[in-house]
Amino acid sequence: MSVSVRIPTILRTYTEGAAEVSVEPADATLSGVLDALEALAPGIRARVLDDSGALRRFVNVYVADEDVRFTDGLATPVAAGAQVSIIPAVAGG
Amino acid sequence: MTTTPVAPSSTPSVAPDAAPPVPDFGPATHLTCRECGQTYGLGAAYACAECFGPLEVGYDHSAVTRELIESGPANMWRYSCLLPVAAYAGDERNLNPGLTRLVRADNLARALGMTGPLWVKDDSGNPTHSFKDRVVAVAQSAARRLGLGTIACASTGNLANAVAAAAARAGQDSVVVIPSNLEDGKVLTTAAYGGILLAVDGTYDDVNRLCSELIGDPLTADWGFVNVNLRPYYAEGSKTVGYEIAEQLGWRLPQQVVAPIASGSLLTKVDKAWRELSALGLVEGSPYRVFGAQATGCSPVAQAFRAGHDVVRPVRPDTIAKSLAIGNPADGPYALDVVRRTGGVIEDVSDAEVVEGIRLLAETEGVFAETAGGVVVATLRKLLATGALDPAAETVILNTGDGLKTLDAISSHVGPTATIAHDVDEVTAAIAAHHARTGA
Repeated sequence: MSVSVRIPTILRTYTEGAAEVSVEPADATLSGVLDALEALAPGIRARVLDDSGALRRFVNVYVADEDVRFTDGLATPVAAGAQVSIIPAVAGG
Repeated sequence: MTTTPVAPSSTPSVAPDAAPPVPDFGPATHLTCRECGQTYGLGAAYACAECFGPLEVGYDHSAVTRELIESGPANMWRYSCLLPVAAYAGDERNLNPGLTRLVRADNLARALGMTGPLWVKDDSGNPTHSFKDRVVAVAQSAARRLGLGTIACASTGNLANAVAAAAARAGQDSVVVIPSNLEDGKVLTTAAYGGILLAVDGTYDDVNRLCSELIGDPLTADWGFVNVNLRPYYAEGSKTVGYEIAEQLGWRLPQQVVAPIASGSLLTKVDKAWRELSALGLVEGSPYRVFGAQATGCSPVAQAFRAGHDVVRPVRPDTIAKSLAIGNPADGPYALDVVRRTGGVIEDVSDAEVVEGIRLLAETEGVFAETAGGVVVATLRKLLATGALDPAAETVILNTGDGLKTLDAISSHVGPTATIAHDVDEVTAAIAAHHARTGA
């Protein structure tokens, strides 16, 4: 299956400037999407996850408009054709 | 977005003849990640490329004196030497916000059983009637230095007013993005200034996400989102609330402050202001406690405080205090740090208590606050009831906006004493009925 991932500007050095990339995860979860993204753009996963493998404190990830903190975090299911968005959390207020 | 890492405590390592002209940000020297400490050159950047942590302005403060500040203009630009702005920023077209009144609130103190001095820092006196004029003024200055011609924002309402008005004043374009369910008092008062106003079906957090996603889009190449890619500069504007309180108290710090929490930025910047003044020797570094106030219907930081967490789990807001309705507060973790470090508490209050808070402040001090101010007054009362706040200590509470913007919140709670004919007897009867009803 194919999943579209929106890349924030600060990570586009890993995607040759692309704002959006398409990946085909082996595992239909957010964790699987990040694995597939890492294969496409080596080094990018370590920017999103901390040393313990958890989502960094100041990154928001959405799967099909749902903030994964409201769902199952890295285990959140990702359906074929879904869009995943990675966004810095420090805006607003 | 400029996110070029630089060595700590240094300027970017580029040959002088190859470097572009360095924008004049006054005493500001660099941006620093609050999480990992990575430093960057001054630019339109807001998140660390290493860890996504928020970037904050770093300074080289020198030769700042009380006399220098006191000789400045009667607005927030008197603190230019402490902000990421050029010395001439106040001379450029802007709304000249700040130096709002610090109201001695003896009647409110008496009503709440407080014996120590109580003050209200009343930021409803700013040009668009909220503290947001301060942050926008600094962001607008940064946009000029960085060559960004359009100022934009994601807003819960007060910021919308401030951005649209500041752009109008400066002859700039503006793009303001708001949730579509905001109060008319904020929607119409933004639209009146002209500019583009986009009402989005969704919450503030949806709006915030949309604006974050617009960063990097060719459409927004010339846009400075004041609270996104200009956020490090913007947030520094809130320090002026803290500076003013200290100066208005005669160059000293209060013992307690109660601040509302939306993103959490204002609370952390008041603390930063007081730490800076102490470090620079402009005030005696006396201890103070910082208390946070949220509405129960959007209280992610209060919940994290009670649970002992250092991260904030997002919530879906449901409260009349829409200016505080940020379910995923960017500076929540830092607000927790400040409150815990200073020995304060974060509390939340119901919407009914918010209305009571608005009415209590209006009826005791003649200050008509918006819902956020109601949250603060109600929280003050709750903190006194629980014993968390010392009734004998000097206390400042922050009113960040004008009640005229949130009339909906009280429209079913207050109204005319009586509706009568233009007849003396009816006046007499109405007043008698009023006295009988109230026992006054």
